[in-house]
Amino acid sequence: MDKIKLDAWVGIFVAIGVISLLGLAMKVGNLTSNDIRETYSVIAHFENIGGLKPRAPIKAAGVVVGRVKSIVFDTKAYHAVVKIDIDKRYAFPKDTFANIYTAGLLGEQYVGLEAGGDMNNLAEGDRITQTQDAVVLEKLISQFLYSKASEEE
Amino acid sequence: MKILINFFEKVGYSITSRINRLGMATRLFFLIIISSGESFRRFHLTMKEIYFTGVMSLVIIIVSAFFVGMVLGLQGYYTLQKYGSSEAIGVLVALALVRELGPVVTALLFAGRAGTAITAEIGLMKATEQLSAMEMMAVNPVGRIIAPRFWAGVIAMPILASIFSMVGILGGYVVAVIVIGVDEGAFWSQMQANVDFRYDIVNGVIKSLVFGVACTIIALFEGFDAPPTAEGVSRATTRTVVTSSLVILGLDFILTSFMLGG
Repeated sequence: MDKIKLDAWVGIFVAIGVISLLGLAMKVGNLTSNDIRETYSVIAHFENIGGLKPRAPIKAAGVVVGRVKSIVFDTKAYHAVVKIDIDKRYAFPKDTFANIYTAGLLGEQYVGLEAGGDMNNLAEGDRITQTQDAVVLEKLISQFLYSKASEEE
Repeated sequence: MKILINFFEKVGYSITSRINRLGMATRLFFLIIISSGESFRRFHLTMKEIYFTGVMSLVIIIVSAFFVGMVLGLQGYYTLQKYGSSEAIGVLVALALVRELGPVVTALLFAGRAGTAITAEIGLMKATEQLSAMEMMAVNPVGRIIAPRFWAGVIAMPILASIFSMVGILGGYVVAVIVIGVDEGAFWSQMQANVDFRYDIVNGVIKSLVFGVACTIIALFEGFDAPPTAEGVSRATTRTVVTSSLVILGLDFILTSFMLGG
């Protein structure tokens, strides 16, 4: 009798533990929300990626459609090569535009995709040719100052 | 000159004896691994220990988790409110609990609640020569007494840490959403957007597993190593709490730097 009670308590204990872990995974974590399982990867070349990091989201119309897989520096052409994993469910035309945006004023950076009009879709290993770099605040300010200075002359 | 030599002797002795104890604890660890077959073959032995270390710790874990979560909710709200981003309170509470406070506070409470009990029990068993009696009867005391307690601690700790994190988040929810009135949808959705299953939750579970191993090994070794007197057992119990707490905090830093760096 005592042994059955003990077993029951241990069973309840383990069950509560499993429930909390499931609760953490489902309700707190992102296991359910963006499960990108099957992906195809494309590359994009940028002159400047700003603060983009691996695992940053890829968004199209604000919806997360993929993640940045890796970022390497190409020593031949001196620009950044960003490898992007896109969910297989979403197809994009070959002339899709890739921009690096910043979420909010101080937020993280992400890659925004804007679909073009090409009939063919991007496939595994393709390259997105039309890209726009991250906005670098210092460059922007110096451009502004130069234009102000030339105005005053 | 004589005083100087005495001084160095003392320093040297304290270092070598510590290293000696570390080596003995490691040997005990391998001995447990080797002779732990029995604790799975006769699982009711381990089951009984899970009851004592896990189930009996539930009350203290749940109550303290709830209060820790509520305090996090309050403190976080008053700071985040200054920057106009009180909706991020869910992220703050969840990340703080899942990454750090869940595993660490659980392990500290576990060392105080279960670790001391293990040390005192084994120390007293040794003092009253129950372990020697077992050996006389050709029963391996490590397989029969030590290993089940070790595995019970290793199994119970991640479960307790998960419960701690979940209850803590519920405590934060109670304060932030029900008492203060932060928007409920923002609380959960921001949390889900920023807590990663692999990098936050699984890493927290790995941490608590490591703490479980460290805590129980320290408690078992201190009990096994205690001088067979009332004073010896009481000193060993104190040492269990001190050593476990320091090891938990040190290991936490090392594990975190590996996890964030990797």
